[in-house]
Amino acid sequence: MTFESADRPAVTARPTRSAPALPGGEARYQLLSWLVPLAILALWEVSSRAGLMSQQVLPSPASVAETAWRLIRSGELPAHLGASLLRAAAGFAIGGSIGFGLGVLVGFSRLAEALFDRSIQMIRAIPFLALLPLVIVWFGVDESGKIFLVSLAVLFPIYINTVLGIRQVDPKLLELARVQGLSRLETVRRIILPGAMPSILTGVRYSLATAWLALVIAETLATTKGIGFLAMDAREFLQTNVIVLTILIYAVIGVGADSLARWLERRLLAWHPNYAKGARA
Amino acid sequence: MSRSESAGDIAVTVRNLRRAYGPRVVIEGLDLTIRTGEFVALLGESGCGKTTLLRALAGLDPVDGGHIEGPAQPAVVFQEHRLLPWAPLWRNVALGNETAEGRRRAEKALREVGLQGREDDWPRNLSGGQAQRVALARALVRQPKLLLLDEPFAALDALTRIKMHLLIRELVARHRPGVLLVTHDVDEAIAIADRILVMRAGAIASTHLTADTPPATLRGRLLKELGVENDSRAA
Repeated sequence: MTFESADRPAVTARPTRSAPALPGGEARYQLLSWLVPLAILALWEVSSRAGLMSQQVLPSPASVAETAWRLIRSGELPAHLGASLLRAAAGFAIGGSIGFGLGVLVGFSRLAEALFDRSIQMIRAIPFLALLPLVIVWFGVDESGKIFLVSLAVLFPIYINTVLGIRQVDPKLLELARVQGLSRLETVRRIILPGAMPSILTGVRYSLATAWLALVIAETLATTKGIGFLAMDAREFLQTNVIVLTILIYAVIGVGADSLARWLERRLLAWHPNYAKGARA
Repeated sequence: MSRSESAGDIAVTVRNLRRAYGPRVVIEGLDLTIRTGEFVALLGESGCGKTTLLRALAGLDPVDGGHIEGPAQPAVVFQEHRLLPWAPLWRNVALGNETAEGRRRAEKALREVGLQGREDDWPRNLSGGQAQRVALARALVRQPKLLLLDEPFAALDALTRIKMHLLIRELVARHRPGVLLVTHDVDEAIAIADRILVMRAGAIASTHLTADTPPATLRGRLLKELGVENDSRAA
């Protein structure tokens, strides 16, 4: 394919083609891939019950499950989870829109690039966690500071990949647009945005991960709701099973966010050989 | 430089065309007329200005002097198919007019190039020859008065190329655009063109009508003009 090089941004890992299939079929491999995690879980449960591991150090899976059930029934867990997801969504929406908007602007205009890109790159060089003390001073410990941190974490991956995607659109296709007499708007809709889409979605996927990290950190600031609060509160009272539960929840939501991003890729990039049905990430 | 529409059965007229990159003059004092339905092949060594001429006629590059009388929006088929990988075939063909009417026309054009029933397929499922046929459909769907072909068959294998020669002859006979084919391939030019132009030093050096001369004789003559001597197959 002529376009292979055009839609291959270098920022994060891309899905690779699946290895040649061995007899047994895809379903058997799916099953097999769950074997090791399940075995570890079983081993953990057994060693807990046998008293090899203190419940204070690492509670058994059963007791974590029991804690989860108790907190769900009391309504605590759904409330805290809702608060966390809302923060993540708000931060993602704000940071994502700003990152995409700036990316489109800088991607299309050399003037905008000259004006903004250097400043954005300089801010990007700051590890956003280093801003934590400043964020507390600016926003106090309420909701806006947390959303700000998440937005900041989301903004840069989306910005960079949007600019990259737009810049990498095959110039030969832009020439085709001229030959076909496409208007500026049609060129953007039919050629530039679809051409930049693989890169933009890579940015989305990457930013979901950084958003999540920012949220975990933000929620360790003084707070009264959210999964982070649940963990901090449990630490006070040495409730290891609640702490383990919160870690698991973060993990599950992280996996969920990644699945969402992949689903988007499969839907929007159905044309792309790397994302077509059957290709695994 | 000026540009205006051509009239009647003239697809394009070029008068006294000039194009220079800085001090390097690529085209100088070039005249050319192509009638509708006429198939003209342009031969010449690399760097003689063939592609520059085609790009000037396509409106892709500016020219420095002279006059072009031809359609503002000629159709172009490039060496690479340049299909949009994210658009199904019918949208590629209908590009710029993706309406219900556009789809109907795209289906007809795809049928003409032998790809009926593939409207909703993706470009990645096509072979090189099929992709180039879609590019041809995209060029012809808007009934252009002038069709510019920039070495469109150069990347295809020998058998596919012969099939494409037959197809393009048939399509040109039916739709009757004026055609300018830029190629390196003397045999290709002899096989499909009505008139062969040899370009040298930025101007047309000679003109040959394929109907006037037996192919083998013409081949020898053209090769000699292009600087290939002692070709064993030349008559």
